[in-house]
Amino acid sequence: MSISVPERIWWKPVDKSEKIWVGLALTWCIVMFIMMPLWHLKGGQNAPSETYRVTPVQFQKATQAFIEKYKVGEEKGTAIVAPPAGSDIYLNSMMWRWDPILKLEKGKTYRLHISSMDLQHGFSLYPQNMNFQVLPGYDYVLTITPTTSGEFYIQCNEFCGIGHHMMVGKIIVS
Amino acid sequence: MTNAGAEFRTCPTTGLKVHLPAENLIKANAVAAVVFLLIGTVMALLVALTRWPAVHLLSAEGYYRALTAHGLNMLIFWIIFFEIAVLYFASAVLLNSRLAAPRVGWLSFLMMLVGSLLVDLMILQGKADVMMTSYVPLKADPLFYLGVILFAVGALIGVGLFFATLVVAKREKTYEGSLPLVVFGALAAGIIAVVAIAHGAIIYIPTFLWSVGIIGPIDPAMYRVVWWGLGHTSQQINVTAQIAIWYLLATLTVGATPLNEKVCRSAFVLYILFINLASAHHLLVDPGVSPSWKIWNTSYAMYLAVLASMIHGFTVPASIEVAQRKKGYTKGLFEWLKKAPWGNPGFSALALSIAIFGFIGGITGVTFGTEQINIISHNTLRIPGHFHATVAAGTTLAFMGVTYYVLPLIFRRQVVVPSLAKLQPYFFGIGILLVSIGMTFAGSYGISRRHWDIAFTGAPFTLSFDPTAMLMLSVMGIGAILAVTGALMYILITVFTVLIGKRPA
Repeated sequence: MSISVPERIWWKPVDKSEKIWVGLALTWCIVMFIMMPLWHLKGGQNAPSETYRVTPVQFQKATQAFIEKYKVGEEKGTAIVAPPAGSDIYLNSMMWRWDPILKLEKGKTYRLHISSMDLQHGFSLYPQNMNFQVLPGYDYVLTITPTTSGEFYIQCNEFCGIGHHMMVGKIIVS
Repeated sequence: MTNAGAEFRTCPTTGLKVHLPAENLIKANAVAAVVFLLIGTVMALLVALTRWPAVHLLSAEGYYRALTAHGLNMLIFWIIFFEIAVLYFASAVLLNSRLAAPRVGWLSFLMMLVGSLLVDLMILQGKADVMMTSYVPLKADPLFYLGVILFAVGALIGVGLFFATLVVAKREKTYEGSLPLVVFGALAAGIIAVVAIAHGAIIYIPTFLWSVGIIGPIDPAMYRVVWWGLGHTSQQINVTAQIAIWYLLATLTVGATPLNEKVCRSAFVLYILFINLASAHHLLVDPGVSPSWKIWNTSYAMYLAVLASMIHGFTVPASIEVAQRKKGYTKGLFEWLKKAPWGNPGFSALALSIAIFGFIGGITGVTFGTEQINIISHNTLRIPGHFHATVAAGTTLAFMGVTYYVLPLIFRRQVVVPSLAKLQPYFFGIGILLVSIGMTFAGSYGISRRHWDIAFTGAPFTLSFDPTAMLMLSVMGIGAILAVTGALMYILITVFTVLIGKRPA
């Protein structure tokens, strides 16, 4: 019984059925253990690993300079920015907006810097459903290559106060 | 202990010696647990009816407040009060021992009660709309953090009292030989609790000091690393306690005996050794921590803890099968299962808990713990879809099941309206199953967790989700109503049983 003291010697040989099960489970655990680093090296879907410390003031400055340099228009009060292919591009997050709207070229690679001015935010790309955490004080660099053209949206998916649901940004790929 | 005899009664059903001060503490903690379950259940209904787009009940402010309250009342207060009751039961009652220091038990209870009431007061006053995780630099009223700290220290004292009682029982020779398996499992849960609460202290004390302005800002990445040492490890207290309850219920409902004590106990040890680092899988898409850190801490540690769950998921059903076959249910492969006591809420709760925890909770959890898959699941509804299957269907349902034995054995009252009790686990279990499925699929379409409005009212741009996602949110809503009904049935049955249930002769 599980509620009474076991007989004195309970360290006994394991039954065959249990052995098989534990063996199967352990094998599967080892397969998963090997897959984790293996897929990181062989697969092409890793989370970005490039990250730097940055103060909100520094990041704000970098974003402003970036917007002023490449601004091509405005939509709903937010600047539309068309940076050259292969460049460093900036996306700033704050309660409750993403700044600016990025206009990118299909098939070109960019280094996308993301950080936050205030709270933690969540970068959730729609409709791809790719999600990354955004922290104030950290510059998170996503190397991205848009493969389809069209309009994409960024919803915030980390709770950031009462206006959280209004925090939607945009990326245009042409 | 000169007058020890006067403080004990002998249980007429089990023959166990029950220490009366321990019994009173078990009762107090269990009652508090159910009260907080009630608060959490009301919040659950409000939250689910807001996320069901067809209803969209609360305002944004109301929703985030209710969600914060739902998380803390369910995941922390209901479960930990109940676990403290389980620890006192496993040490004092199952070992025929006295509780080492009942007064310390009351101190622990009082601190937990004051702490949880303080937290709830702050949330309901709107001073702590920060979610359960309270990620910095989101700031709550200092009293919110103080409440959490009080609760945690109170719980730690309770765990300490459990350890002390094990020592007392050994020294006073109330049992001979090794600990019974259920007590061994509870001990594993107790050890993990110490690790979890230590992380809690390391992160909540500085956060409290920051909130009153004594120290400067707290690094958000560091906060997340340490907080999840609490946040995830405390879920392992739940799993471990829940599995100890599985073994207990298997014995109580069908008279099952563990197949091999060595295997079962080793699996509990795996939890202690390997579970904590698994909390890194919450940070798989975070900046600030390196890929090698993420991979090592999720794959190496988590899979050995997964192995432990795989073992328990085999040994508990297998011990039930053996017990049933011994009773003569040997026809075919499944007569033992067909002839199981499905009308006993203790058994149906156990069976549903094992099935939903294992198949839905386990599989979704391990999947999200993969570096690449985490990119498409992080902070979407898939995450709560996973942990409702583990902590609501797994832990809560197991605790509900054991309550049907606690009521007659500890409270010494016969369960009122047994026909309702018979149905209760099915309402709750199937409800949570639907909640979990609805959330998981809706999340896979990119619907975010902790989000008030998927119509994005007031936002510059609107996203229009796939109609299937909407359907899945309705599945979640319907499941939530079923589950809330099941939870209310449980609360009504326990409250009325304690108040007006017949005393057994």
